[in-house]
Amino acid sequence: MQFRKKDLLGIKQLEPEEINLILETAETFKEISTRPIKKVPTLRGRTVVHLFYEPSTRTRTSFEIAAKRLSADTFNISASTSSIVKGETLLDTARNLEAMNPDVIVLRHSAAGAPHLLARHVQASVINAGDGMHEHPTQALLDLLTIKEKKETISGQTIAIIGDIAHSRVARSNIWALTKMGARVLVAGPTTMIPHDLDKLGVEVFYRPEDVIPEADVIMMLRIQLERQGQMLLPSLREYACIFGLNEEKLSQAKPDVLIMHPGPINRGVEISPAVADGPYSVILDQVNNGVAVRMALLYLLIGGEKDE
Amino acid sequence: MSKLIRGGRVLDPASGLDDMHDLLIEGDKIKDLGPPGTLGKKSASVEVIDADGLWVVPGLIDLHTHLREPGEEYKETVLTGSQAAAAGGFTSICCMPNTKPPNDNSAVTDFILRRAAEADLVRVFPVGAISQGQKGEMLAEYAELREAGVVAVSDDGIAVMNSQLMRRALEYAQVFTLPVISHAEDRDLAGDGVMHEGVVSTRLGLREIPSAAEDVMVFRDCCLAELTGGRVHIAHVSSAGAVELVRQFKAKGVQVTAEATPHHFTLTDEALENFDTNLKVNPPIRSSVDLTAIQQGLADGTIDAIATDHAPHSTIEKDVEFDYAAFGMIGLETALPLTLRLVDQGLLSPLKAIEKLTSNPARIIGVDLGRLTPGLPADVTLIDPNREFTVEVKQFRSKSRNSPFQGWQLRGETVTVLRDGKIIFTKKNISG
Repeated sequence: MQFRKKDLLGIKQLEPEEINLILETAETFKEISTRPIKKVPTLRGRTVVHLFYEPSTRTRTSFEIAAKRLSADTFNISASTSSIVKGETLLDTARNLEAMNPDVIVLRHSAAGAPHLLARHVQASVINAGDGMHEHPTQALLDLLTIKEKKETISGQTIAIIGDIAHSRVARSNIWALTKMGARVLVAGPTTMIPHDLDKLGVEVFYRPEDVIPEADVIMMLRIQLERQGQMLLPSLREYACIFGLNEEKLSQAKPDVLIMHPGPINRGVEISPAVADGPYSVILDQVNNGVAVRMALLYLLIGGEKDE
Repeated sequence: MSKLIRGGRVLDPASGLDDMHDLLIEGDKIKDLGPPGTLGKKSASVEVIDADGLWVVPGLIDLHTHLREPGEEYKETVLTGSQAAAAGGFTSICCMPNTKPPNDNSAVTDFILRRAAEADLVRVFPVGAISQGQKGEMLAEYAELREAGVVAVSDDGIAVMNSQLMRRALEYAQVFTLPVISHAEDRDLAGDGVMHEGVVSTRLGLREIPSAAEDVMVFRDCCLAELTGGRVHIAHVSSAGAVELVRQFKAKGVQVTAEATPHHFTLTDEALENFDTNLKVNPPIRSSVDLTAIQQGLADGTIDAIATDHAPHSTIEKDVEFDYAAFGMIGLETALPLTLRLVDQGLLSPLKAIEKLTSNPARIIGVDLGRLTPGLPADVTLIDPNREFTVEVKQFRSKSRNSPFQGWQLRGETVTVLRDGKIIFTKKNISG
């Protein structure tokens, strides 16, 4: 099977077969990162631009390492050091980049749909590295890869996603990804952070973590953004941590082979206690490791293979 | 100079006339109506306008247009907005006060009316601001505004959050027989939302505007109209709850009227899946439940008028990320065919559809227009109800292009428009 899409804008647009292809390709790329010389010539002469309108450490580094391990040339543009601060629009920035013939533009943006706008106006492949509260497809793919590695299958697993669902692009992409791959998805979080009609996305909605933890094969904790306190969404971080955070006491109700995941960056002691984050069930660093492989796979599938134009 | 509009189907909602009739215009007034062949004689002094196969209706009246002048002439001017209106079949438009500066005093009203007189196309009825500077703090000077020519007051675009101010506006406006047009939106509930709150906003991760943001304000303003005896007109009803509230308060005898826009009775939030900024409007396009309720409200008379909320924006405001895009779409040149879809769907009779674009809006703003009565100004629109066409925004007269209906196949086209007996628009290249 070939990957025929020009862009990766979201998980929503992917077929299960395409997701499987990405995961299988990622599995074959993992080995490269274990070599002493972690580089193959696959994308030599190709150009990847990382256009980041939001701060990011993990995602941006992961994309850059992925591109470099495939020998692509990479360029970073961040909002604080570019003409974006001079008021240039996204489309003008895109047109200027396009004039320099990049093969891929990786976009991180605070506005939902920004990658879709970009993709309509450039020839280059666009990879969504997170758009507002909408999607973060590469995060969901690396989460799938991590679950697949640890649990062998995704289908039939019960995944609990806990925390601020409403403001989470990670949650949205994972809901698409997991339901497409046949997993059962339970969500839990304070009512103020559960968006309207969430159940219509094919998930079961609960409020308290205790209601979902015992059944879960995998628990995904979501990052709580500290500024939510000022938006009438929660009374205090203290109460949030007590009721909705994952600690060892709550974890004691979980299955013995449960996996604990978190997309990072974590707020230690808020949504997840240090003992759990660093504990035996945590696969948080496996997720980061798999991020490189998934992004290598995507770059390869988007611009590396032979395509009938 | 006389004109005889001959052979058409005359639809005059005010009199209930829906029949094959000729219509005779003398000078700037309607002279007479009568069965085919009974009016006038063929003479050199009578210009005959062939209306065979056409509807002959009162010139359309739009209660809700943004002309952008003064202040944002790169989006629209009184002239280009008037041209767009005429091309859409309108002979009268009400322009909202949220210009720069806002129309909260007679100098701005005078300026708009002078521009309208220079354009000499459609009638322009300015709407004045409810509050000084549309700041929601102090009443604007309604006496001065009324004297200058405004037909209503509204803080459109910026909802009046202060209930006491709204109460006083509804009281004070009665002295000058001005209706108060309510842009019903609780700005705290709407927050920085950009689309309707529902499953689609949940999927897209776009910040949401709940229907309740509209419903609570419609309820408040209906309560205040009941309290004060004032006349409130609810602009651009978008939610099922608002329709039901208007229905209930009308049944109680409260003086409330309402309008709906073509986009709110044509589209649902599902259309936003591609992040098309032309679909970003305020109030937002809502769910299919709301759409059905609005159509039902139009059918049962709860919603009196169809108004465009024609809101021109340039590519500067629209070719950007959805979150950053301005609210609004243009509508003057698509309102009529979108309304006729409701006729095709059997929701409205032709007469009822035309009523919501003519006699009802005229009644709401208290002008003696919108009907085909001998002695009244000859504002007449000729429509080809069967002509199909493809919407091509590049051909719009409006200065702006922000319509989501690009490429739509629609039926029903404006053929000829007369204001004061003068032809202000004729569709070119009509064959046969």
